[in-house]
Amino acid sequence: MSGFAIVIMVIGLGIIAWLSARAKAARLMYSGGNASPPREGAPRPRSALHSLPSYHGWYVGLWVAVPALIFLSIWANIMPGLVTEKVLQDPAAMALPADPFTRSAILGEARSIAQGSAATAFDARANDLVEPYRAAQHFYSIGGAIIALLLAFTGGAYAFTRIRADFRARTRVERVVMMGLLIASLIAIVTTVGIVASLLWESIRFFTHVNPIDFLFGTKWSPQSAALGYGNENAFGAVPLFWGTIFIGAIIAMIVAIPLGLMSAIYLTQYAKPAARAWLKPILEVLAGVPTVVYGYFAALTIAPAMRDFAVWIGIPGASSESALAAGLVMGVMIIPFVSSMADDSITSVPQSMRDGSLAMGATTSETIRQVLIPAALPGVVGGVLLAVSRAIGETMIVVMAAGLAANLTLNPFASVTTVTTQIVQLLTGDQEFDSAKTLAAFALGLVLFVVTLLLNIVALQVVKRYREAYE
Amino acid sequence: MTETSSSALPKMTARDVNVFYGEKQAIKNVSIDVDNDHVTAFIGPSGCGKSTFLRTLNRMNDTVASARVEGEITLDGENIYNPSMDVVQLRARVGMVFQKPNPFPKSIYDNIVYGPRIHGLAGSKADLDIIVESSLRRAGLWEEVKDRLKDSGTALSGGQQQRLCIGRAIAVEPEVILMDEPCSALDPIATAKIEELIHELRGRYAIVIVTHNMQQAARVSQRTAFFHLGTLVEYGVTSEIFTNPREDRTKDYITGRYG
Ligand SMILES: Nc1ncnc2c1ncn2[C@@H]1O[C@H](COP(=O)(O)OP(=O)(O)OP(=O)(O)O)[C@@H](O)[C@H]1O
Ligand SMILES: [Mg+2]
Repeated sequence: MSGFAIVIMVIGLGIIAWLSARAKAARLMYSGGNASPPREGAPRPRSALHSLPSYHGWYVGLWVAVPALIFLSIWANIMPGLVTEKVLQDPAAMALPADPFTRSAILGEARSIAQGSAATAFDARANDLVEPYRAAQHFYSIGGAIIALLLAFTGGAYAFTRIRADFRARTRVERVVMMGLLIASLIAIVTTVGIVASLLWESIRFFTHVNPIDFLFGTKWSPQSAALGYGNENAFGAVPLFWGTIFIGAIIAMIVAIPLGLMSAIYLTQYAKPAARAWLKPILEVLAGVPTVVYGYFAALTIAPAMRDFAVWIGIPGASSESALAAGLVMGVMIIPFVSSMADDSITSVPQSMRDGSLAMGATTSETIRQVLIPAALPGVVGGVLLAVSRAIGETMIVVMAAGLAANLTLNPFASVTTVTTQIVQLLTGDQEFDSAKTLAAFALGLVLFVVTLLLNIVALQVVKRYREAYE
Repeated sequence: MTETSSSALPKMTARDVNVFYGEKQAIKNVSIDVDNDHVTAFIGPSGCGKSTFLRTLNRMNDTVASARVEGEITLDGENIYNPSMDVVQLRARVGMVFQKPNPFPKSIYDNIVYGPRIHGLAGSKADLDIIVESSLRRAGLWEEVKDRLKDSGTALSGGQQQRLCIGRAIAVEPEVILMDEPCSALDPIATAKIEELIHELRGRYAIVIVTHNMQQAARVSQRTAFFHLGTLVEYGVTSEIFTNPREDRTKDYITGRYG
């Protein structure tokens, strides 16, 4: 019997249990003295039940389904091991070679044939094992099904006998629901912790090769030379990367995104007719969902050549076709919807009375915006900008496509710079062995990026929260 | 403009004013004169249009997209709904204080100089200082805040905030001050202070006050207008309205049999 059928069966049993438990509880409902439903006009008797019948239904239904399903999911994970174990005890398995590699290859083939996903075996020895495999599989899946059904019935019987008028089914069910919610929220957190731990682990390995001070403050970045065997000194100074990241993500992009985002928010909240707003705001928000690789094409194919030609035309030396400016400008455009929607939120949450107060003083709309709304919304806007910066410096696709690879420490926006994310991609692609300093450097860079964006987000959320409180 | 304060001429007049919010009519055919040296109270049950009518007097209804005003409203004989009337000028002359104190999230000082700066009433820092002191004195707040003018206006108590808002309105030397339930968010002591303030401001500015509190209307006003369902039911000398109303609806409302 397939695992899927068992799962369906357990769920079916759960539904039946739900229905019958609810019916049983409903019958108890008016059993306090008069068993008949209330008559017209008579004072409505208070329900004798502590919890609504449907809660009793949920209580029993969960008892039927949850333990059995948990068992099945564990069983699905341990069953392959048990099956193999049993096959190995078969006399046919005695003929298997001792070499673990061939051994597991033959076993794998036998399994594929037994499950019907392969027709013939390359290794004839596998054919002898097919039958034992099938038998073992059959044995354990039937066994699992029986245990699951037993669990479902015992759970159901136990829960069903507990249905009484004063039984607090609602409290129990709510506790289960709360546990479910808790687990859901823990999954995201636990995953993050796991990611950070692995980042940390790899970074520590990197720092056994390279001094953290050299990494954080060194100004020369040439991991290639380290890979070619020139040693790790002076090869992993990440300052040019940090500078490139800040130059593109926090300076050039923000010079574009802050004014434009703010102005579009002001237009949308203060001047746009409701009809115009109803159109423009969703369009802006859709822009935020454009895949960044599309912006990357635009930056690399359209903006970057134009920037270089422009720089050459006005005679700026060191102009490159992979300029900081091209990547920064396009990234800025990408961030506009983000800044705009944060600013929009904080401007609309400034109370109307503030705006009225200013208008009633004879201020014009633009004076009101400049002198009252923007100052009042500023903390929210600042928080939004910090979040935008943290997004920009973590952005990968645009800079991979449009920013260069040369780790220059330069103020010239037309020159090529490289960023943390670009370098991570560079370091991890290619056929390096996985524990060279060059590859491990990617993790150290990732860690720095993670810490910086985390701090930015914390500060930003704090600022926004402080500001929200001020108006509540 | 104090030379025009001969009490024969009303400061503001309204003739056959109708106000609509979209299709819905909120004010029907209201005609009223507001005297220069009296406090005029608007009373009436909730939703009868007091705020709506008050806001037509400084064109604050312009800020509500769905609102439409018909009829004629004059300030010193000039129709304020004329295209030639500058709303900025109008609102400098007709100030407003709201139900909920709404100081700007700026310093006390900056709250007061907000209007004078916008209207270019002061040339220098010294002028502004003078305006701040005199406005706060007239608003009865000077003694309480003179040592902390740099503190945020929102850090004051509710009553102080409301007096700050009155001071802010006074700072541009308006001719009329409109107050929409200025005490409804305040406790009795703060309310008494504001009422005292209204007494002191009377004569200097034409004052119109909306209130739900009959005693307050009786205490602070000399003229009372009773609104009901968007119409002006009765308008006259306060003492007469309260002791001897001509209309039954007024009487019912004042004696508490209604609303
Ligand atoms: N912005 C608006 N849009 C649509 N209808 C409005 C608007 N403002 C007020 N109204 C309607 O106009 C009518 C009068 O409202 P208004 O606020 O003037 O009453 P009010 O007398 O001030 O009441 P209250 O004493 O409760 O403040 C009400 O029916 C109200 O629902
Ligand atoms: Mg009102």
